[in-house]
Amino acid sequence: MATIQLKQLAKTYAGDVHAVKGIDLDIQDGEFIVLVGPSGCGKSTLLRMIAGLEAISSGELHISQKLVNQLEPSERDIAMVFQNYALYPHMTVYNNLAYGLKNRGYNKAEIETRVQQTAKMLEIDAFLARKPKALSGGQRQRVAMGRALVREPSAFLLDEPLSNLDAKLRVQMRVEIKQLQKRLKTTTLYVTHDQLEALTLADRLVVMNQGLVEQVGSPMEVYDRPASLFVAQFIGSPAMNLLPLAALTEHSLWQSHLPDDTDIIGVRPDELLLEQPEQPHIRLACRCSLFEPAGAESHLYLSLNSNGQSICMRVDSDCQVREGDLVTLYVPVSEVHPFNQATGRRTDQA
Amino acid sequence: MVENKPWATVLAHLFLILGVAMVAFPIYVAFIASTHPAGSFVSGTMPLLPGGEFWNNYSTVITEGRSRAGTPPIGLMLWNSLLMALAITFGKLAVSLLSAFAIVYFRFPFRMLFFWLIFMTLMLPVEVRIVPTFQVVADLGMLNSFAGLSIPLIASATATFLFRQFFMTVPEEMLEAARVDGAGPFKFFKDILLPLSITNIAALFVIMFIYGWNQYLWPLLITTDQSYYTIVMGIQRMVTAGDSEPLWHLVMATVILAALPPTLVILFMQRLFVKGLTETEK
Repeated sequence: MATIQLKQLAKTYAGDVHAVKGIDLDIQDGEFIVLVGPSGCGKSTLLRMIAGLEAISSGELHISQKLVNQLEPSERDIAMVFQNYALYPHMTVYNNLAYGLKNRGYNKAEIETRVQQTAKMLEIDAFLARKPKALSGGQRQRVAMGRALVREPSAFLLDEPLSNLDAKLRVQMRVEIKQLQKRLKTTTLYVTHDQLEALTLADRLVVMNQGLVEQVGSPMEVYDRPASLFVAQFIGSPAMNLLPLAALTEHSLWQSHLPDDTDIIGVRPDELLLEQPEQPHIRLACRCSLFEPAGAESHLYLSLNSNGQSICMRVDSDCQVREGDLVTLYVPVSEVHPFNQATGRRTDQA
Repeated sequence: MVENKPWATVLAHLFLILGVAMVAFPIYVAFIASTHPAGSFVSGTMPLLPGGEFWNNYSTVITEGRSRAGTPPIGLMLWNSLLMALAITFGKLAVSLLSAFAIVYFRFPFRMLFFWLIFMTLMLPVEVRIVPTFQVVADLGMLNSFAGLSIPLIASATATFLFRQFFMTVPEEMLEAARVDGAGPFKFFKDILLPLSITNIAALFVIMFIYGWNQYLWPLLITTDQSYYTIVMGIQRMVTAGDSEPLWHLVMATVILAALPPTLVILFMQRLFVKGLTETEK
């Protein structure tokens, strides 16, 4: 079990490329942290720096209160799961799991018990004699997890471990990883670009953009109170609608409810209403351009009459609005996320 | 593409049979010749059916040689050839695996310079550098020794280059996973890289063995002591030995025996050899 502290951790590549620009983060023992962000935001680099696969340019990294900047990956007591699993193709599943233990000088009997135990837990005990080539994608993923689990490290690092699986398997493995982590209570860092994976797995979410942390918080905090325009657009699907105040007519009526420097507002697709609510609200006159059924719910794509901006709205599947209809939408002012376009930050920060 | 025209099939097979015949016929003639008594070829017509002297000829070559004419029994020459070929093969594999490992996985100053230096020696076959190499070997006192026979032929740019290309296709995560698993550079090389390159090693083993076995010019230059003669140069000595007419039946028996070991190597390693040349999946 381990705590992990990042102090102004930064990575600079040759040619003055700043991949990670000074990140502070305190990870508690047993926490499930998800690093999420678009590709190229530095989340994988950060994970690899923590793993010791990438040299740290500046800053300090402490694992269990110990400075580990200069330590080899194997000396940091961490285990890593790679996106393409990186199983050793010439070894059987058993040897894949046992290799790390052998290198650490465990005796044969202990290796045997540990491998059997882990294999049973992950339900791969039937394939121990097979080679990775003879396994399906999901089974390989389990073996990769097993290779990390078998060592009982103080922290797990997972680099987009589910992105090579098909959609159904991904959901299933997601649930299993969550359950496994709850049971083992091992500190876990998980990198993904999938915001749904991030929301469902994390105890705390770290949203990254261009080598910097945009926001750290529990999934619901990040979803309910996105700290910046970037987070607002990145977390949540369909994405949040962003409406510049200038494009809204009659905004003088309710603008007093928002902080002064607000010049753009965000509205989640599920906070838009078709009927007029009682509390103070905003009114948007729109024309429906597309009705998109998605099973349990449906999405309406509308264009704002005043400037033609596109808006997405979540409705029940029995909604009667169709393409071409004129619709008036309502948003309670209390549900609006106010932002300042120039700073990109939320304006009602507590 | 499946074509189903009878005449095309016949034509294709005809060509193939012709090709096989062209390759196989000289070998057949050599074999036939090795089973006839001494005088059979001087008459000018070549017998095409086996004669009755098979055991006689072969036991003569193996046990007696033509001692009067200066060629020893071929048992020793075969042994010398085998030793030389194996030394060259294993030497080449060891050197090229390690140098490719260094070039691909380690960052050291002038890495690319060294790579290009190695690569450039590809353009210099043994024959081009044979005089200076002879000088060096002579100065080191390695004439008439197995070291002299094999060491100058061990450096191999081709094998280094092939292994480099193969190592570069091994995903980087494999190295990283091994590092996390606590394997140092040498363990990674031994436990991961070597087993992964086993088919490539087998393919190169076959090629290198034949290369080593077929060395002719180099052994001819540096050996004057009979006990270091190799079989390929031995054949030549048999043909030209003495003033008398070459004893073709014995020469041919030697040829057949000399061709046997490389053939066996290919036969036994064929499966791995083909795999090593064609397989891309990892």
